Amino acid sequence: MHTATIFIELGAIILTLGLLGRIGSRYGLSPIPLYLLGGLAFGQGGLLPLSASEEFVATGAEIGVVLLLLMLGLEYTAADLVTNLKSQYPAGMVDFAFNALPGAAMALLLGWGPVAAVVLAGVTWISSSGVIAKVLGDLGRLGNRETPVILSILVLEDLAMAVYLPILTALLAGAGLLVGSVTLAVALATAGAVLFVALRYGRLISRFVSHDDPEKLLLVVLGLTLLVAGIAQQLQVSAAVGAFLVGIALSGEAAEGAHTLLSPLRDLFAAVFFVFFGLNTNPASIPPVLLPALALAVTTALTKIATGYWAARRAGIAAKGRWRAGGALVARGEFSIVIAGLAVAAGIEPSLGPLATAYVLLLVVIGPLAARWTEPLAARLTRRGPAPAAEPQPLPEEPGVRV
Amino acid sequence: MQSTPLPGIGVQYDLTTREHQHLSVIAHRDGTRTLNTYRREDPDACAHSLRLTEGESAALVDALTPSHHSPNVLHTSGLGLVAERVELSGSSFWNGRALGETRMRTDTGVSIVAVLRRTGAVPSPAPDFRLAGGDTLILIGTREGVDAAAAILGRE
Repeated sequence: MHTATIFIELGAIILTLGLLGRIGSRYGLSPIPLYLLGGLAFGQGGLLPLSASEEFVATGAEIGVVLLLLMLGLEYTAADLVTNLKSQYPAGMVDFAFNALPGAAMALLLGWGPVAAVVLAGVTWISSSGVIAKVLGDLGRLGNRETPVILSILVLEDLAMAVYLPILTALLAGAGLLVGSVTLAVALATAGAVLFVALRYGRLISRFVSHDDPEKLLLVVLGLTLLVAGIAQQLQVSAAVGAFLVGIALSGEAAEGAHTLLSPLRDLFAAVFFVFFGLNTNPASIPPVLLPALALAVTTALTKIATGYWAARRAGIAAKGRWRAGGALVARGEFSIVIAGLAVAAGIEPSLGPLATAYVLLLVVIGPLAARWTEPLAARLTRRGPAPAAEPQPLPEEPGVRV
Repeated sequence: MQSTPLPGIGVQYDLTTREHQHLSVIAHRDGTRTLNTYRREDPDACAHSLRLTEGESAALVDALTPSHHSPNVLHTSGLGLVAERVELSGSSFWNGRALGETRMRTDTGVSIVAVLRRTGAVPSPAPDFRLAGGDTLILIGTREGVDAAAAILGRE
């Protein structure tokens, strides 16, 4: 009897998500805002509150975070991370200063205290690599010269997550200064050690995991990831970071195989995660935070554009490419929600969840638009100065040219 | 030819032609390729971006290199000998059996010069070499011999 209701509820949720995603893809929309809206609709105070499947959804959401970070780790090798860190760290620092600080300032302005400030800094700082990679592909810009700049900023942000998340978990656990710094030291030491082992012995680990049979590869990778994530959680490092580090340690054939095998699982559980986040947010709590969310969205959209512009100029890209790089970076998404999710689970500042939801809803929709229109808009604005006769050809970028 | 890693996506290869035209190819992780050409007035931006599947890029390579060759035939010489690749299926009769048991050279006059496996290539395998499903064998012999050998190796 109980399982029947769980199945019906889960089925209804997942089916709705599938249909929403389908509608979204027709209009070229990322599914993330739709999943969040779905969660809002099914949650407390929504249109159709569900309760029986809550426990399953909660666990599924945790697995979703672990898989999101594992896949993120699989995208990169430790060598990628180190070379990027060496050559692009100034861009990473500008990115942090321009985008994390406005979030922190907003939290302090709202009187939420220092821990919430660290959380909101993370929410506004990390761009959505998933949305951005897809947008770049859709716009046919993967070959553009500013694209490596954009990607390396994303890589740096992802690497920064491995340091940021343990700090955040330690802060959220509310440990005292001494205990907190000990857990932090443990966390950072673990992350550093794994990175070192991955660089040195990544091939050995991959060979141990690698298997020709997809079933065994799937089980070994998933098992290893959950195990490491659990242990990391015990050590207060955050399960997500554990999973990320497993992803980094795997490389070559094992990583590729795991990538294809785990993608559908990630899609499923990540969707559950977004729904869960929406479920825990009461739609009625969003309107009061809408104004701060909007202000924050506009500010950090502009600061991201500035970041991209600066980083692309540093790489010797011409003006148009600089604007394109800036516009492309605007989207925030999965990781902002992951960070906010940790804070909500720790029971910090009740308005933080709704604010993060509204913020991500805004920027995940504005992001792809910004990627498309920042450069034409900037071109039009900057051209107003000199005589328009200088450029006889029509628009600098026509929508029809991509194939 | 200059290569740039694109973390999370693949590798980009850039080429500037003698006429100062730029083009690039992105090798995606999943094996597909994107062929890009650039705008004249904005050399940082792609004018066209063509997504090619693995098969399509193989066809393109074939069109670009004038020596037309089928991927299955390594080389056909004027001496009446051919070289061919034969793959053992997963459910092959020879899975786990020694190479000598096929009595390949005695029965067909064909030599097995190499075995390609996911883990690497084994040149001139000895008669006690154990075959496995999924192996690709490189055979050299007469046309008839190679056909007969392919029939033997196809045994399930």
